[in-house]
Order: sequence, then structure tokens, then C-alpha cells
Amino acid sequence: MSIWSYANPRKFLDTTAPWVPWLMWLSAVVLAVGLVWGFFFTPEAERFGSSVKIIYLHVPSALMAINAWLMMLVASLIWLIRRHHVSALAARAAAPVGMVMTLIALVTGAIWGQPMWGTWWAWDPRLTSFLILFLFYLGYIALWAAIPDPDGAADLTSVLCLVGSVFAILSRYAVNFWNQGLHQGASLSLDKQENVADVFWIPLLVCMAGFVLLFLALVLLRTGTEIRARRIEALRNRARRTGAVRA
Amino acid sequence: MMDLGKYAAEVISAWGISLAALAGLVWWSVRRDRRVRAELERTERDHG
Amino acid sequence: MKALLGRDLRLAVRAGGGFGLGLAFFLMVVVLVPFGVGPEAAILARIAPGMLWVAALLAALLSLDRIFALDHEDGSLPLLATAPLPMEMLALAKALAHWITTGLPLVIAAPVLGVLLHLPGQAMPWLLLSLAIGTPALSLIGTFGAALTVGLRRGGLLLSLIVLPLYVPVLIFGAEAARRGAEGLPAATPLLLLAGIGLGCVALLPFATAAALRVTLR
Repeated sequence: MSIWSYANPRKFLDTTAPWVPWLMWLSAVVLAVGLVWGFFFTPEAERFGSSVKIIYLHVPSALMAINAWLMMLVASLIWLIRRHHVSALAARAAAPVGMVMTLIALVTGAIWGQPMWGTWWAWDPRLTSFLILFLFYLGYIALWAAIPDPDGAADLTSVLCLVGSVFAILSRYAVNFWNQGLHQGASLSLDKQENVADVFWIPLLVCMAGFVLLFLALVLLRTGTEIRARRIEALRNRARRTGAVRA
Repeated sequence: MMDLGKYAAEVISAWGISLAALAGLVWWSVRRDRRVRAELERTERDHG
Repeated sequence: MKALLGRDLRLAVRAGGGFGLGLAFFLMVVVLVPFGVGPEAAILARIAPGMLWVAALLAALLSLDRIFALDHEDGSLPLLATAPLPMEMLALAKALAHWITTGLPLVIAAPVLGVLLHLPGQAMPWLLLSLAIGTPALSLIGTFGAALTVGLRRGGLLLSLIVLPLYVPVLIFGAEAARRGAEGLPAATPLLLLAGIGLGCVALLPFATAAALRVTLR
């Protein structure tokens, strides 16, 4: 087994590595613009006062929490079908990012519960679904860490991602049913549609763009890290097998 | 700091935790990347 | 397939096979509930359907890592893989064995334990029905999780972490059915949804489980 026999990883590194710093800085700038705009230069909302400003972090992070999982799903499918190692490693790389996004969405959602419902936590369908998603992320990350064989780990975590996705969608409906019954209408959750006024919407868009760029930058960075880590392991394994150590 | 009204605590804590989490994630990712790059260089020198 | 099933059942019933473990755990959790929430009958009756479901779920969870553990330990897992039986049927057989040794006893014990929690009489059949439909799904999902974590160190904890989020829809609909039955409301909808999930599990999870087993056996 030759180390760089996978042409993909090398090409991936060569192509993406120079972009990562640019993307990082760009996302920092876009995020800064969006967040500062949203925090300082938007009015307060009628019902929520200044707490409406939480949406500038809650909405984009919730968006990315879902998108990260979707990306992992696609990457897992590509791995299972086409066996591109970069794909499997990209899914592994994206998981902690998605998990942190979910955590942020949960925390901001819960804190916003105070002005909304007068409580620090509520078993609102959206919040509950994100809590379950958080658990899915935990299990996925833990499974990657637990399996020593890299290809086996990629396969098992991909299958888990697939099955998990089905159950995550199932849970979404189950949780809606659980909280509202099948007959009731709109949930009390923090709905994007509530804040359609342009003065809120545009900085929100900027923040979402910033989060997307940050996600991209982080995943590219982390996938590169995974590829390098895999190469280290492969080199060490080869050295161990051949007993060759150059002084 | 502008007057955040009666929800100041909520806004500050939400923003504070979120930004800290993001910063932590970025910092950890970058640090890990640097560490792995150095390790790879070392390993390639010895075994590559 | 019958041979495999029979073997698993016999292994489970033998001493150390863990047959009574699930039941004992079920009993223990149910007994703990009043100590936790107080002995007031009205409160216990209110939470009984849900708590019985949670306890049954936890008891099922407890015995999951045994599904492939024995075969993995004595090396017979690769042998089973090369048997004329397709992997998917193997997965199904394992899930069935788990259900017969763990799920079914839970279903039977549930009404009895329900008495401890002042479960209203009219709730009993609904609880039974919801558990009867739901526990096979729990076994199937659990078998999938067990296949993912075969032979891993401390696999039991990881298994629980992976399986619990997958259990949530089953728990929601099962407990809802039992709760509605307890209050005399129509429980058809959650039961049907529960059955739907169960059928989906039977149709899809054996394939996922087989895929996971093949990976481990490479």
C-alpha cells in the first residue's frame, strides 16, 4: 500500500490549502460586518426589546447545524458509493463544526426563551429537535473516535449518518406530534418569518453568509488536517512493518 | 455599551457564549492543524 | 435461521445469558420512580405510562451489547457470516432473538409493574399494545447499533449514545399511545405511526445492520 496512492488527497490539499486562510479572513470580515450591524445598528423589536438581536447568532447557527449534517450525509454517500477518502474525511471534519453550531443554536434558542416564554428552557419542538440533532452529532463523532481501522470507521460512520438522517427526519415529525398533537397549528418556536422587516433581514443575511463562509473555511482546514493525520499514520505503519528507520 | 434595556443579560450571555464557542472552535482547529503539520514534517523526515 | 434463533435463545436463557437481567432492571427502574417523585398516587398514575415506557426502553438498551458479544468473543461471528444464511436474515434473527428474550418479557411484565405505579386499569391494554408494537422496533434499532459497535472497548456506552437518539420517535409514539389510552382518548394515530416505524425498521434496518457487520468482519 503506497501512501499517496490516493491521488485525491494530495490534489485536494494542493488545491484547497492556499484558500483556507483567505476564506478564514473573509468569513471573519463578513461576520464582523453582519454582527456589528445587527448588534449596534438595528432597532429593538416590539415584543422582544433588544433580545431580538439574538437572531443574528441563532438563525445562522441553526441553519449551519442542519446544513453541516446534510453535507455529512452527502459526503457519506459519496464515500460509500465512490470510495473517495477525502469525502469520508470531510464528513469527519465537518462533524465537530456542526456540533458546535447546534450547541450555539440551542444555547441562543434557550436564552431567547426567557423573553419569549419567561423560562430558560422550553421543550419547544424546534429546540427539542436541535437537542436530538446534538445527540446525533455526539454519537457520530464518538463512533469515528472509537474505531481504529480508518476505512472501517469511515464505512460504519457513513452507515450511521444515513440511518441517523432517516431517524432525524422521523424525530422532527415525532417531536412536533409530541408537543402539539397532530391538530394544532404553528409552533411557538423562533420563526425566521417573524422578522421579515428589511431592517432586520439584511444584516441577518450577512450573518448567514458569514457563517456559511466560516463553515467552508473550517471544513477545508479540518479536512486537510485529517488527510495529513492519516498520512502520518500510514507512514508510521509502513515504518513499523518494514522496520526501517532512517537515522 | 448601548442601553440594551431589560433583556441585557440575555443578549450579553447569548452573544458571549456563542462568540466564545466560535472562537474556541476556530482556535482549536487552527492549533490542531499546526500541530499535525509539524508532526507530518517530522514523520516525513524520519520515515518518508 | 431457526437453528440460529434457537441457539441464541438457549444461550440467553442459560446462566449468565442475561435473560432475567432486562426484567430485573425494568423492575428496579419502576421501583425507583416513586422514590424519586414521591408516593402520591395521582402523580404516579399520571406519569405511569411514560415511565413504564422509559423503563422498558432502558431495559432493552441494557441488553443490546450482548447481541453480538458472545459470537464475537468466541470467534463464531465470521463463521456465521459465511453460513448459507444471508447477512440480512442473520441480522433479523438476532433482533428477533433479542426481542423474544428481552422485549417480550418486558411487554408481559409491564401491566404487573404498572400496578406499582397506579397505572389506571383502562390503560393496561393500550400499554400492552404499544409495547408489543414498539419493542420489536427497539430490538431492530438496537441490533443495528450493536452491529456498529461490535468488539469495541467500552462499546456499551457508545452503543447507548448512538441508539438513544434513534429510540426517540418510538418512545414518543409509544408513550403517547399509552398515555392517551390511560385517559380514555383515542390512541389509534400514535399506534399506527408506531406500527409504521416498526415496519420501516423491519424493511430497512436488516440491510444497514448487515452492512455494518460486513465492515467489522473484513
